[in-house]
Amino acid sequence: MNMIYFLIGCSILLALIFLAAFFWASRTGQHDDTYTPAVRILFDDETTGTDPEQKSDEDHV
Amino acid sequence: MSNQITIDTETQCYHCGDDLPVSPYLLDDKPFCCLGCKGVYQILSSHNLCNYYAYNDVPGQSQKLPSKHFEYLDEPTILADLIDYTDEKVTVITLYIPAIHCSSCIWLLENLHKIQPSVVQSRIDFLKKQVAITFKNDETSLRKVVETLVSVGYEPLISLQDVVKKQKSDHSERKLIAKIAVAGFCFGNVMLLSFPDYFGLSNLEQEFKTFFGWLNLAFSLPVVFYSGRDYFTSAYLNLKNKVLNLDFPLALGIAVMFIRSIAEISTNSGAGFVDTLCGLVFFLLIGKWMQQRTYHHLSFERDYRSYFPVAVTIITNGKEKPAPLSELELGQRILIRSNEIIPADAILLKGEAEIDFSFVTGESQPVKKTYGEIVYAGGRQLSGAIELEVVKPVSQSYLTRLWNNEAFFSQKDRIKTFSDTASKYFSIALLVVALSAAGFWMLYGESSKAVASFTAVLIIACPCALALSSPFTLAAVLSIFDKNKFYLKSTAVVEELARIDTFVFDKTGTITNPEAAGFSFNGTIGDEEQQLVSDLARNSGHPLSRELVKWLKMSPKYPTDQYQEKIGRGLSGIVHGRHVKLGSASFVGIKTLNKPLATTVYIVIDDVHLGFFSSALQWRTGFKDLIFKLGKRADLHLLSGDQDGDKQSLTPFFPGTRQMHFGQSPQNKLDYIQVLQSQNRKVLMFGDGLNDAGALKQSNLGVAVTDNINNFSPDCDAILDGTSFHKFPLFIQQAKDAVRVIHMSFIISLTYNFIGLFFAVQGILSPLIAAILMPVSTITIILFTSISARLYARKNNLL
Repeated sequence: MNMIYFLIGCSILLALIFLAAFFWASRTGQHDDTYTPAVRILFDDETTGTDPEQKSDEDHV
Repeated sequence: MSNQITIDTETQCYHCGDDLPVSPYLLDDKPFCCLGCKGVYQILSSHNLCNYYAYNDVPGQSQKLPSKHFEYLDEPTILADLIDYTDEKVTVITLYIPAIHCSSCIWLLENLHKIQPSVVQSRIDFLKKQVAITFKNDETSLRKVVETLVSVGYEPLISLQDVVKKQKSDHSERKLIAKIAVAGFCFGNVMLLSFPDYFGLSNLEQEFKTFFGWLNLAFSLPVVFYSGRDYFTSAYLNLKNKVLNLDFPLALGIAVMFIRSIAEISTNSGAGFVDTLCGLVFFLLIGKWMQQRTYHHLSFERDYRSYFPVAVTIITNGKEKPAPLSELELGQRILIRSNEIIPADAILLKGEAEIDFSFVTGESQPVKKTYGEIVYAGGRQLSGAIELEVVKPVSQSYLTRLWNNEAFFSQKDRIKTFSDTASKYFSIALLVVALSAAGFWMLYGESSKAVASFTAVLIIACPCALALSSPFTLAAVLSIFDKNKFYLKSTAVVEELARIDTFVFDKTGTITNPEAAGFSFNGTIGDEEQQLVSDLARNSGHPLSRELVKWLKMSPKYPTDQYQEKIGRGLSGIVHGRHVKLGSASFVGIKTLNKPLATTVYIVIDDVHLGFFSSALQWRTGFKDLIFKLGKRADLHLLSGDQDGDKQSLTPFFPGTRQMHFGQSPQNKLDYIQVLQSQNRKVLMFGDGLNDAGALKQSNLGVAVTDNINNFSPDCDAILDGTSFHKFPLFIQQAKDAVRVIHMSFIISLTYNFIGLFFAVQGILSPLIAAILMPVSTITIILFTSISARLYARKNNLL
């Protein structure tokens, strides 16, 4: 039954790590803007000057 | 017969989506409404940034307004107040850009480095409409960065006051979030550790009971001393000021629970109330957070400083030099360009001044000033540059003196909420019940039961659900109002709104629509004739002609020959070979039977009378309906800074001339509100301009009406978008319903308290009952308030 002490210790430690992670996220301002990153991720990568249609032709045999 | 003019809207500007003029500007087969829009497109396409137009249709903003000058951004003294951080290499600045509104904006502004390579990074905060820009010092300057932003159509709003405010507000919210996180963390763990005891432990497992108990106590420490600390300080401060509010029973409950838990666990006589304690603090803090949520993109505490420019151009020895407004001194010569605001009372020395005072005095027509006349601060110069000499310091001018009034220094009395009143009686009743239960058991000589019942009463009656009913109801109402473009400063404003019995209206800009100068045409006129009228009127600088040109929306086509203007009477000329006359009846040579009320412009082309344009004030949509509905149960007053030209047309709306007042100075307005309040009335003031600022501040509830919520609006309790003006009776109904919901939820939570008290006074309250009753009552209240607030909103057609 002594195992329980160890397990509870582990679970509290794990929970503390998550709490610390939350504090770190909050302090570095990750909760300040919860909208913009969701939009930002949807932007396409840069098309670097070259026409995308030409590129697809290269793969054709 | 009235004839509405329709304009072909099939084609739109590629950049901003505005209607195209007769001859649009073309580039790459794309039509543009003005040179500004075309210019932005040109810049974007040359930097390969045309994806801007791919993410959204017509993402741009109209570029018709002339842009401002930014020379002052080169001044180190001004710069120091604006930037966030600077070192030898880079500078970081956060700018507020009202034009940010779609994903294209985010994409373009975060790709700013492609247009201006010296920009290292630009990050957008979309909801706050802010962009944080990092740029290299040695390659560029703030002025150049700002000018780049302007060139792509994103002009930042630079104001000293807003910048300061931004940094202050962020901090307290983050602290509260941290407290919630700690309380939530402890609550979760304590729940897990308390369950075994509730389910029953076998004799074998008894050793765990003490272990779990001590562990629970350890978890309660941060909850009581970190998360719940504010309740103790607030209760203490309130007691010192002899005020009983809800924080007192809350603090008492927390303290008693904590002490009794220590006693039970250390003597091994029970499990304590640690889980109830942690849950209580956790839920309370969430309620507090709901109550504190505000709009980051709106500012309710603005005074003249955020309306006035950051800097002004001073002329010394013939040289122009920008300087911060605070350094402006008496006798200095200043240069005001077209569309700039005059920052201090000054004498006109050079140039033609035509000044729009509508925001300051409520006068709807621009005023012409000539050499040597005094120009009051706050006016906007409309045409050409002028030079002035400052005769009064910025803070002492006609307009800004208003802010020296005591109304701006004395803190507005905190709005008295229902929960404030109720909690006073609640606290007293609670103490009476607790003491009499203890006394009863003492009489029977059972002192241990007396202590048990006394503490149990304080624990179980701890008004958690009571404290949550107001924040959750009001937060729900706030978000309902928000969807209808009515933005409140705080949740307490909702309750105040339900109590209002007197409405005071400002005229210009508040009940009239500043965008649409109202013209209606009586008679018949074709497109070609309209073109002639527009081309003739374009020659005149008279406000009425200019409004007419704006309203007709025709682009110039024909030149005018033999143009003549008789001041105050009319215009005539030959346009496209036809003789066109417009002006008063006598000028164009027509006899009229009765004098029309509003300003009328008669049209005669080739000696044929076609009809007349009448310019009447355009009320905001639904104004008549609104007045009718509000007038049924409240008093209506009108305070206008304008002359009484519209008195007759307003008489049907406001009963008796006693309640309509014209030619009111800002101070008059403030005093008038004070008089109404001394008659024990709850006054709501609708205003829009700086001249209403005093009245808005003095009134019980100041509502700023605006057509663009990002524009400047004076200090107020609520901002109302002009398009939702007609919904105001619904808002009031919703506020009254919200108060009703709060009353009902009070009854519900009191019922739970009575159930708990039944066990508590007998001294048989087990931790399990408390642990069940507290969360159940809390969740009932949260569900009940948010659901019923939304049901009422649906009934009121607000959802």
